[in-house]
Amino acid sequence: MAGPKIDALGQFSLTTGLGPLGRAVDFTNSNEAMLAAAAIIVLVFALGLRAQALVPGRTQALVEVLYEFVRDMCVDTIGDEGMRFFPLVFTIFSFILLGNLLGLFPYFFAFTSHIAVTLTLALFVFLFSTGVGFYTHGLRFLKFFVPAGVPVWLLPLLIPIEFISYLSRPVSLSVRLFANITAGHVMWEVFAGFMLLLAASFGVLGAVAALVPLGLNVALVALELLVAGLQAYVFAILTCLYLHDAVHMH
Amino acid sequence: MSDDRDSQAFEQRLAAAEAAAQGGSAADSAHKSAGAASQAVSFAMRLGVELVAAMVIAVVIGWGLDRLLHTTPWLMVAMVPVGMAAGLRNIFRAAGRS
Repeated sequence: MAGPKIDALGQFSLTTGLGPLGRAVDFTNSNEAMLAAAAIIVLVFALGLRAQALVPGRTQALVEVLYEFVRDMCVDTIGDEGMRFFPLVFTIFSFILLGNLLGLFPYFFAFTSHIAVTLTLALFVFLFSTGVGFYTHGLRFLKFFVPAGVPVWLLPLLIPIEFISYLSRPVSLSVRLFANITAGHVMWEVFAGFMLLLAASFGVLGAVAALVPLGLNVALVALELLVAGLQAYVFAILTCLYLHDAVHMH
Repeated sequence: MSDDRDSQAFEQRLAAAEAAAQGGSAADSAHKSAGAASQAVSFAMRLGVELVAAMVIAVVIGWGLDRLLHTTPWLMVAMVPVGMAAGLRNIFRAAGRS
């Protein structure tokens, strides 16, 4: 049967951007979206910080709200040393937030829907926090894997458990972000494809019935907006938690 | 008479403003509970992912060691309970923090 088909995963396929030059160096649409996200962050901050008014305008207020939100997150979660890691946490948070939000627009590419991207971010956070742990405590950081107040004969069992629990951090961190964004976009595509199928198969009656998936998609936009913000927040707060563990070892 | 009515209206408006400042309107609280529900769902999903992630890591380690040491499938089998325990440890840690 010819006609519209539901192609839920086609939206995640990589193509090359920026014309022939992009093709020559494999510059993908995902890279385009990343550059756009970074450029938007830098531009908004350049604009917002230029005014430095006592009573902020819209852009300045946005910049200040973002700054204070991430600063509070850092200081509350990591502790007094939190401000040392503020640049990292803020970069990660704003990059993922912009990536999620840009992906919500039609014809835009959600780069956080690729596990290669989220796993890279998560592995960086994981290796960085491990490095911070060893830098702060030296080899005593290995005691992190030895739970306190446990009889010695249990240790051979508990140390592998703690170690695997530690190693599972980048996996859960990356899978969560990737799964949330991918699931949302697949649902959109499925409902939209279903809409076209209904209209193509049942004529006028189908077109009227297609209003139901259309309404669902409108509701999904609101949900996805929430998920985009929430997942960026979760990624950032877990980064803070891991850094807290590395700095305080408990 | 009109003076009395004015002061009554003022009292009413003051009470309404105080209520709004304290608890928020009904619509506002409904909005908040919807946000809380969605946060609870995302937290539940987080717990599920934590459990599975530890399991996956443990099984992958066991599988890799089996290939290295030619002991298929015993180390992988041995790592399954360890992975389950690590997943539970993850969940306890995550739940204890929130």
